[in-house]
Amino acid sequence: MTTTENKQAVPAPRAGQQAGTPLLQVRDLHVEFHTRDGVVKAVNGVNYSVSAGETLAVLGESGSGKSVTAQAIMGILDMPPAKIPRGEIRFRGEDMLTMSADARRRLRGAKIAMIFQDALSSLNPVLTVGYQLGEMFRVHQGLSKKAALAKAVDLMDRVKIPAARSRAGDYPHQFSGGMRQRIMIAMALALEPDLIIADEPTTALDVTVQAQVMDLLAELQAEYHMGLILITHDLGVVADVADKIAVMYAGRIVETAPVHELYRNPAHPYTRGLLDSIPRLDHKGQELYAIKGLPPNLLNVPQGCAFHPRCPKAQDLCRTDTPALHTLGEGRRSACHFWKETVNG
Amino acid sequence: MGRYVIRRLLQMVPVFIGTTFLIFVMVYALGDPVAAMFGDRTPDPATAAQIRESLHLDDPLWSQYLQYMAGIFRGDFGTAFNGTPVAELMGSAFPNTIKLTLVAFAIEVVVGVGLGIVAGMRRGRLADTGVLVFTLLVISIPTFVTGYLLQYFIGVKLAWAAPAVSSDVAFGELLLPGIVLAGVSLAYVARLTRTSIAENIRSDYVRTATAKGLPRRRVVGVHLLRNSLIPVITFLGTDIGALMGGAIVTERIFNIQGVGYQLYQGILRQNAPTVVGFVTILVVVFLAANLIVDLLYAVLDPRIRYA
Repeated sequence: MTTTENKQAVPAPRAGQQAGTPLLQVRDLHVEFHTRDGVVKAVNGVNYSVSAGETLAVLGESGSGKSVTAQAIMGILDMPPAKIPRGEIRFRGEDMLTMSADARRRLRGAKIAMIFQDALSSLNPVLTVGYQLGEMFRVHQGLSKKAALAKAVDLMDRVKIPAARSRAGDYPHQFSGGMRQRIMIAMALALEPDLIIADEPTTALDVTVQAQVMDLLAELQAEYHMGLILITHDLGVVADVADKIAVMYAGRIVETAPVHELYRNPAHPYTRGLLDSIPRLDHKGQELYAIKGLPPNLLNVPQGCAFHPRCPKAQDLCRTDTPALHTLGEGRRSACHFWKETVNG
Repeated sequence: MGRYVIRRLLQMVPVFIGTTFLIFVMVYALGDPVAAMFGDRTPDPATAAQIRESLHLDDPLWSQYLQYMAGIFRGDFGTAFNGTPVAELMGSAFPNTIKLTLVAFAIEVVVGVGLGIVAGMRRGRLADTGVLVFTLLVISIPTFVTGYLLQYFIGVKLAWAAPAVSSDVAFGELLLPGIVLAGVSLAYVARLTRTSIAENIRSDYVRTATAKGLPRRRVVGVHLLRNSLIPVITFLGTDIGALMGGAIVTERIFNIQGVGYQLYQGILRQNAPTVVGFVTILVVVFLAANLIVDLLYAVLDPRIRYA
């Protein structure tokens, strides 16, 4: 990319240095689903930001709102039943929620791309992978079918799929799970986006393949200097690749921290519970810790702190007052009334 | 694939023999063709015997069947009792029915799939409810009722179309009978398409297609339809045979001298060679349509492989 034509397409490294405007900023995002049983409040005021080259891991149980937030960023929620009553999603400073539908579509895939969990169901079963990869170039760059296919083969090479040329004509079901996820990654990378959202990219894979896919993703991220939002419930995956972590519970962020600080010294009882639930070799033979109770029903989120029914430290205040997200230090926040006591053990 | 086709063709042989034998037995053994020829009059016993002799009606049934089949493979479908070769009747009847089938099929595909897509994409909304009520009505009302009603109101009262089809059987004249013939199938196609679309629109690969930044047109036209229409095409394929054989009522109402008309006349007059001949051809059409559908299925869905 030349430096003369860079009004919009700022080279990624420089964007990362502009500390003032992160690549993506989510502010006070609310998402609700209007169902027959009532309004499900899936996301209740989420704030986070990602800069170029940075990896944000979003951690949480099923139903914590981590995937819904990602889908809201991508603009692929089914509306209705979903609704975004409040909030901003700013990409390079521009609010995507107020953009025209067409402008938003042009960003999808080209500037912000997404990798889904289950590659088999996420790829179209009746189209060849070459076609599905090539489609990115045909639609966004207007390439011919033939040129697009050649680019698709290059992409498959790039994500290390053996014999890419001959395999471009195969269908998704003819690939192994790991290879299919590589194709998903290739599709997300096709137009060298600024931001990639990976929604549990390794959950459906074998452990050995998980590591390969994560390594590939980290390598490509570094190469293109992209922002990465990694959605996961796997604490092991997070520790290796993330720069910072946002822990979500019942549609809220309960703690954000740089990755190592969070592991060393969690500032929210929920995070502490998650970390204590990891099986450890030095605790062999002891009963595995589990957070008691179940995640809340989002139709009826508990009053006060949503975590209080499961929290070992809960007090009267927790049952009545929703805690604010207290700032603990540089990049560290906790939504616990008693964060001081929690941090100190 | 080649082996699969050969196996399927071989499987057709017993089906073909079974169905044709059944229809042969029903027509020849369960009625008296000679008595039928004379209608209300009692035939002269000597003449009757002579006719029975010349038509091999006194031979055992299996022998008659074999002779008949041998004839078919030489292109000889026998002679109707009025002296016209059945093959000649077919030559005049099939083109008319094929024309009618084509018109009905086109209407079925365009309107049925169109309504199904609209309803499936707006599931639970007004358009969807409208399509469901409309198709339910169409399915519930028998063809002879819709046929006569449309003929009376559109053909006679409003005079938008000719109430009966002339002997030229022009495509324009076939529009009204085509709608009547297509009606029930069209309703099924619409419902099948609706269900399939509504199911696939929530699928992960449609979400991926949207996330790729493809225009809505392409998400629906390429990704959603390619998958959703697979079951619909299967139904449409088998329905071609049903349309051709099922045109009896429609052809009667609109006076089209096609297969249905000939079959109706044949049954009415117990004209055995006509009935058996036409049904045999229809059996072949059904079998061929089924084979083509199964092969098409493998082309449309790469996950299906025949060995």
